[in-house]
Amino acid sequence: MRWYWIDRFLEFESGRYAKAVKSISLAEDHLHDHFENYPMIPHSLVIEGVAQTGGLLVSEHTDFVEKVVLAKVPKATFYCDAIPGDTLTYTTTIEYIKDEGAMVSATSHKGDVLHGELEIVFAHLNDSRLEALIDPESFLRMMRLLGAFDVGHAADGSPLVPSPRLLQSIEVGGNGRANAS
Amino acid sequence: MPTKDEIFEKIQAALVDALGVDDEDVTPEATLVGDLGAESIDFLDIVFRLEKAFDIKIPRGELFPEDVLTDSQYVQDGRVTEEGLAELRKRMPFADLDKFAENPVVQDFGNLLTVADMSRYIESKVEVTG
Repeated sequence: MRWYWIDRFLEFESGRYAKAVKSISLAEDHLHDHFENYPMIPHSLVIEGVAQTGGLLVSEHTDFVEKVVLAKVPKATFYCDAIPGDTLTYTTTIEYIKDEGAMVSATSHKGDVLHGELEIVFAHLNDSRLEALIDPESFLRMMRLLGAFDVGHAADGSPLVPSPRLLQSIEVGGNGRANAS
Repeated sequence: MPTKDEIFEKIQAALVDALGVDDEDVTPEATLVGDLGAESIDFLDIVFRLEKAFDIKIPRGELFPEDVLTDSQYVQDGRVTEEGLAELRKRMPFADLDKFAENPVVQDFGNLLTVADMSRYIESKVEVTG
């Protein structure tokens, strides 16, 4: 299965906040085990979707240079269930970014109804052995697929575009080998 | 300009949010690691909340000088040397290191920091009234 727990960005304001949607569908295989006769999105996967929204927001702020990983979920409170046919809107707001990591506060809404409130702490990993994990091409693909560049704005308000550094690192290849385009 | 009590209350709130403990658990003598169950990632969370609550910057290593504890100049055979202890005292004037100095095993250092130490650290960074 593909590990996408959001479907599209509605808003993406670099360095500030991002909104993404997650559509819940009976076509998602795991829902038939969670639970049999009462499919509902597991809260753990809502957390993952919120982490993906917030994580891309935090990562983009440092032009995908920092290795941003989900480190801690201080708060995840849910108020109702979300079931197939529902569309969840995740709003993530950067509370704090510093060298060591970032904290994001978030809400999940089912229409106007508050579905969940969360806090997520991300850490910036600085272990050079993890270089191989960083794949700029994947980030670019994900941002494009999720429509970040269709709706997003850079810090100065101009339309969000892939940075020259990101595009260049893809042309060269994450491991220094040239990629065929 | 906050009072010492206000500083303590804000620290208490930050630790309750970060560590999921109750208000009553956060006493001045409570150690962050031993009594309140803080783990290494929690320190990042705690620092975020303190920086926000007090509008201050807490540079890496200022509250918890991990660089001293991993320096072979200051640590030998898992114990902090005299030089290391002097450096720790210099870097952490807000902490009471006497007990640790009696048996300075590096592994135990994590359990040193108390809520009171944190209060004193914050007091040194903001202008306290009363």
